[in-house]
Amino acid sequence: MAAEILLQTPLTQAKVAQLKAGDAVLISGTIYTGRDAAHKKMVDALAQGQELPFDVKDQIIYYVGPSPAKPGQVIGSAGPTTSYRMDAYAPKLIELGLSGMLGKGWRSPEVIEAMQAHGAIYFAAIGGAGAYIARCIKEAEVIAYPELGPEAVRKLRVENLPAIVAIDASGKSIYAEGKARYQQN
Amino acid sequence: MKIIHTDEIIAAVEKLCMDANYFLGEDMLQAFHTAQAAEQSPLGQNVLGILIENADIAKTEQVPMCQDTGMAVIFAELGQEVQVTGMSLTEALNQGVRQGYAKGYLRKSIVKDPTLHRDNTGDNTPTVIHYDIVPGDQLKITVAPKGFGSENMGALKMCKPSDGLEGVINFVVETVDKAGANPCPPIIVGVGVGGDMEKAAILAKHSLLREAGEHNADPEWQKVEAEILRRVNQLGIGPQGFGGTQTALAVHIETFPTHIAGMPVAVNINCHAARHKEVVLTGRDA
Ligand code: SF4
Repeated sequence: MAAEILLQTPLTQAKVAQLKAGDAVLISGTIYTGRDAAHKKMVDALAQGQELPFDVKDQIIYYVGPSPAKPGQVIGSAGPTTSYRMDAYAPKLIELGLSGMLGKGWRSPEVIEAMQAHGAIYFAAIGGAGAYIARCIKEAEVIAYPELGPEAVRKLRVENLPAIVAIDASGKSIYAEGKARYQQN
Repeated sequence: MKIIHTDEIIAAVEKLCMDANYFLGEDMLQAFHTAQAAEQSPLGQNVLGILIENADIAKTEQVPMCQDTGMAVIFAELGQEVQVTGMSLTEALNQGVRQGYAKGYLRKSIVKDPTLHRDNTGDNTPTVIHYDIVPGDQLKITVAPKGFGSENMGALKMCKPSDGLEGVINFVVETVDKAGANPCPPIIVGVGVGGDMEKAAILAKHSLLREAGEHNADPEWQKVEAEILRRVNQLGIGPQGFGGTQTALAVHIETFPTHIAGMPVAVNINCHAARHKEVVLTGRDA
């Protein structure tokens, strides 16, 4: 494997343009969390003309619902959740400037179209590596929807969180390309 | 005749919930190492390396290997010469789960109503319990927390008898293919063939309690397990779906006689966080 690319947030358009499907990256800086219920709330808020809990421009949202932190831990285990459940909401946020999503599994054609149109990257974290990824999270703070418990929106400071560029801004996907490369028959 | 008090059952289940989520089985670790050596994709090898490290961190720090600590599924085999005293056995099993998930800092992921009121029950109950009454004077409890990234990728098909073995194999391979990256490969493929609709589904789930790669006792079905594993690993999905040759670590099949007109086939995919821990309670003399 080629050496990992060190990626510092915010994820500007200049950085987006350089990332290609299959690249291994180590993400450092601020990222935000949100999964099903938080996405629904954010998109509902927009529909009602309200502000989002944070400015999504050039930011990465991590699809995660961590387990409770033990005393002394910054956060509990925190691997990615399956991304397709956020597909209904993601295009709206991408339109508003969201440039990165971190999750696992395939995305819908609508999400990929929005990524191509507005310049966004879909990263895959290692699904199920919850204990490993928790170690890369140095600070965590709930910034919205605390009533959602594990699904609340958190602001995280991460260091060298490993991920793969699963789908790049040209629409190329490691899921399609990788499978084609190793498929037999 | 033996007596088992539910206090003992609650304490046992509490511990099983935590142990299952913190300590990945040696069989799985061994399977990771074997797969890492066999994997052709460098990215896939890298993923397996992280999974090995992840299991190690979870074990040393006693934290869940995966944040989705699952719906707690319990298989309880109650010897018919056992008398359970205290509360009801079902309530005791649920109480054990409640305590295990609270004390173990495990995520509570159960909602009250599947459709109309998706509010979290707050304590990860109720648990799904499969009871079996067996000969003897012991109570065997297996706790198998199941995450829904993989559970959601399961499927069931009421095949026609004329679909034959090829029909069974094709359905399993198609199900894994459709699942792709979602169930966190490398996976264990659980298959139930026969019985009726719900029996097939329970067989598929039950097969996941075996050690990774432990074969069906019947040599003919062993061959089918090997054939499905070969076909699944030709799909190219690979670890995490990034492409590779190690999509599944094992295929486990369980079968049951069925009706002249049918051949139900259920597939239950387990992710690499393949969790199950068991205990046998012997109680005291009545
Ligand atoms: S599918 Fe399994 S390993 Fe992946 S996130 Fe869910 S529980 Fe964890």
